[in-house]
Amino acid sequence: MAKTKISNRELSLYRWQVAVRALLAVLGGYALATLAGIFLTYALPLSRSDAVITANLLSFTLYSIAIIWVFSTQTLRRAGLGLLLAGLALAAAILLFKLFGDAP
Amino acid sequence: MKNGFRQSMAWLHTWTGLVVGWVLFFVFVTGNLGRFDTEIDRWMKPELPAETATLAQSIDAAQQRLQEKTTGSALWTIWPATNRDYPNLRIRSEDYRLDAQGEPTNLRGNRAEEILDPETAAPVQTRATGGGQLLYKMHYALHYLPRNVSDWLIGICSMFMLVAIISGVITHKKIFADFFTFRPNKGQRSWLDLHAMLATITLPFFLMITYSGLVFFVLTLFPGIVASNYGSGEQQREVFNEEMAAKEFRIERANSPANLTRLSALADIAEKRWGEGSVRLIEVSDPGDAHARVRVVHQLDDTSRTNQELIFDGASGALLGEQHAESQARGFYDHLLGLHRGLFADWILRWLYFISGWIGAIIIGSGLVLWVVKRAPKQLKQEGGPDIGHRLVESLNVGTIAGLPIAIAAYFWANRLLPIDLAGRGNWEANAMFIVWLAALLYPVFRPIKRAWIEQFWIASAALLLLPVINALTTGRHLLHSLQVQDWIFAGFDLTAITAGLLFAYGAIKLSRREEVVAVNKRDKKVHAQLDSPAQTI
Repeated sequence: MAKTKISNRELSLYRWQVAVRALLAVLGGYALATLAGIFLTYALPLSRSDAVITANLLSFTLYSIAIIWVFSTQTLRRAGLGLLLAGLALAAAILLFKLFGDAP
Repeated sequence: MKNGFRQSMAWLHTWTGLVVGWVLFFVFVTGNLGRFDTEIDRWMKPELPAETATLAQSIDAAQQRLQEKTTGSALWTIWPATNRDYPNLRIRSEDYRLDAQGEPTNLRGNRAEEILDPETAAPVQTRATGGGQLLYKMHYALHYLPRNVSDWLIGICSMFMLVAIISGVITHKKIFADFFTFRPNKGQRSWLDLHAMLATITLPFFLMITYSGLVFFVLTLFPGIVASNYGSGEQQREVFNEEMAAKEFRIERANSPANLTRLSALADIAEKRWGEGSVRLIEVSDPGDAHARVRVVHQLDDTSRTNQELIFDGASGALLGEQHAESQARGFYDHLLGLHRGLFADWILRWLYFISGWIGAIIIGSGLVLWVVKRAPKQLKQEGGPDIGHRLVESLNVGTIAGLPIAIAAYFWANRLLPIDLAGRGNWEANAMFIVWLAALLYPVFRPIKRAWIEQFWIASAALLLLPVINALTTGRHLLHSLQVQDWIFAGFDLTAITAGLLFAYGAIKLSRREEVVAVNKRDKKVHAQLDSPAQTI
């Protein structure tokens, strides 16, 4: 049973990829959860303080989903692109609320 | 990132769990002791008398003391001794925070708390101690750190834990098989089975306690969400807090003085309505002002924050209304916090919380041990011995899993043994705890790791088993006496310490036996090898 030897270069490449992915999950996921939270405060048909509480309570769930998604995606590029697109969509929606809605 | 969803989740579970495992172990152990914070408090202040005063007597004494001692307070709170959490009459006054011109703002300033003797309305002197409250506080605020730092630390660790739980569940999708699988004495397999079996049993509790724990930090951890609606800064945050709080009966200060009505009469109205012993606390906002408000609050008997309360006009004593209206979102938020705190729990439920919490600590501990056990065979074969990372995890495991209980025992020892008049006595109890913990963390660095486990288990066992002895020598209230007079707080403390001490002794014996077996096996192998070798002639 021949065990494939992993070269040092491959190992350090793997470690860098893990580090980047972790950063993407922690920081990217956090940004996405915050954006989603803000979007919810504008979109939910609740009073201002209620909408803020509800969005806050959901933010941990959204954050966990984002982290797990980043770590489960096959390639790093896809994880990054996915976060970026979702973030842009939320930012656009927030902007629309600001421009045309009654968001503060 | 690994091949396959479940493999990458197993990886994520392993590493998120490892990074924060030790902090979480500390949080679980101290938080779990906090389920009995009041009982520990009473054990640590053995000179406090048991209260026998009536409700009216207590509240009159509290009002007298507060009126003599404070002027222009923002808020008074009185906890009569009708409540498990406050076995002695306790009062608190909070001042307004002043702005630059010396004018009172809406923010709260200094607060002062006292335990009172209801007979004399004078404060009761006790030894300076952090008590059970400090242990309980460590689980969310750590120690030696400012709150804004510890909030983020604990918040981040809890977030790691949430991710570890979810990825762990995905990894072990065979939830029923895992529940019925335990293969003892099989090394790595046994640790994995123990970890998965306990986690399956307590999964609902584990998820609930983690998520609701995070909810305490939600406004700190995601400041952007509040700021997007209210703006950032302390003033804006206060606007949000005001909007979030129910405030139907709140009005501005009148700034004209008026005598406060007799509070015990209001408590009496509440007791007539709710039944005897049902008043949890009384709050007076703007006492001495014409717009003073008195809130009489019912005991917590479910997870909500404001289950029942009566609001009175402080000057006239007229009943204004019942119970604050609460929005559904706010109610849900409060229920999550209430579920975490478990203050409403009766004895059976409280012990269930306690046991579930210990299982949580065992899950975290077994996960940490599993990390080492899984990698040990490969690491031990390595030339030059195990990696420094492996050594570090091993040592931290011993120093935390076996060391933290020793440190907590040291906290209790210090309570009994430090001189009563020592300056900063309360701080030194906690210092003793952390000095001992530091020693326990360093100890395994200088010892073979298997010996370190056994020796620290023995130390933990001795430290816990001696607690009842030290208590008996310093207070004279030994276990038999406590059982005779049915003092369940002292008896319970002694019995819990003895049980924990015996468990550590059992652990130490078991580990020693295993080491002997390993040693014998090794010797046998050597003998067999010698017998088999052709050079050996008999």
